[in-house]
Amino acid sequence: MILSNTETVMGKNIVEFYGVVTGSTVRAKHIGRDIMAGLKNIFGGELKGYTELLQDSREEAIDRMTKQAESVGANAVVNVRFSTSSIAQGAAEIFAYGTAVRVE
Amino acid sequence: MNFDLVFFLLLLFVTYITGSFVERRHFAKLRKREQWSRKMIVTNFKTLPPEWEVASSGLVTGSVVISVDYFKRILAGLRALFGGRIHVYEPLLDRARREAMMRMKEEALSKGYNAVVNLRLETSRLASSRKNGKGTTGVEILAFGTGIKRARQD
Repeated sequence: MILSNTETVMGKNIVEFYGVVTGSTVRAKHIGRDIMAGLKNIFGGELKGYTELLQDSREEAIDRMTKQAESVGANAVVNVRFSTSSIAQGAAEIFAYGTAVRVE
Repeated sequence: MNFDLVFFLLLLFVTYITGSFVERRHFAKLRKREQWSRKMIVTNFKTLPPEWEVASSGLVTGSVVISVDYFKRILAGLRALFGGRIHVYEPLLDRARREAMMRMKEEALSKGYNAVVNLRLETSRLASSRKNGKGTTGVEILAFGTGIKRARQD
């Protein structure tokens, strides 16, 4: 499965379009991480726990999107976009979407 | 003297020290890490120069969540009363963006790509973890693009 955020796959031709595929996940941070992050929030620095959390969620969202693309018979997803939205206290939704295509 | 006031001033002073220490150290690290990556071409163009031969391509991402220290938050809060440029936040976002891009470049390198096209940068604010909005918050910077492996370098 080739992923790309450009409209074509470089060096390959798109032979068939399968439409939009999406993947999303909603995650909440756990309390232990939140305590550490709370300290960082006073003294400054990277919130590593949150970075990992969002990274994992993004991988999960991409994974779901890829599975959906596979199920329709695509071998690539082009024009991939991400969006992150905080939907509730302490929870975030990661959403990935793109166009499933067959390339040769 | 009021104990609360002493505590407040002490916290302000301590977080000023830690905040600027974290920032200085991060900038120094970034400068060092950015040395090697100058060779890697990163662009937000959607298309490639026509003479490039692409062997393979794939999505690369890099992200970072940063927090604001207490001192900066108080200073920014004061600034918001009068309006104007919030100087303390500018280097914060700058280093977060550079860090996210660095991580993206490192992922590209580990996957064997030697250029990144169609770079996109996204900024999103994470909701606070408590109801009154006082819980921890962070700003997430996401950098993503399409990594390109060139068939031959000329």
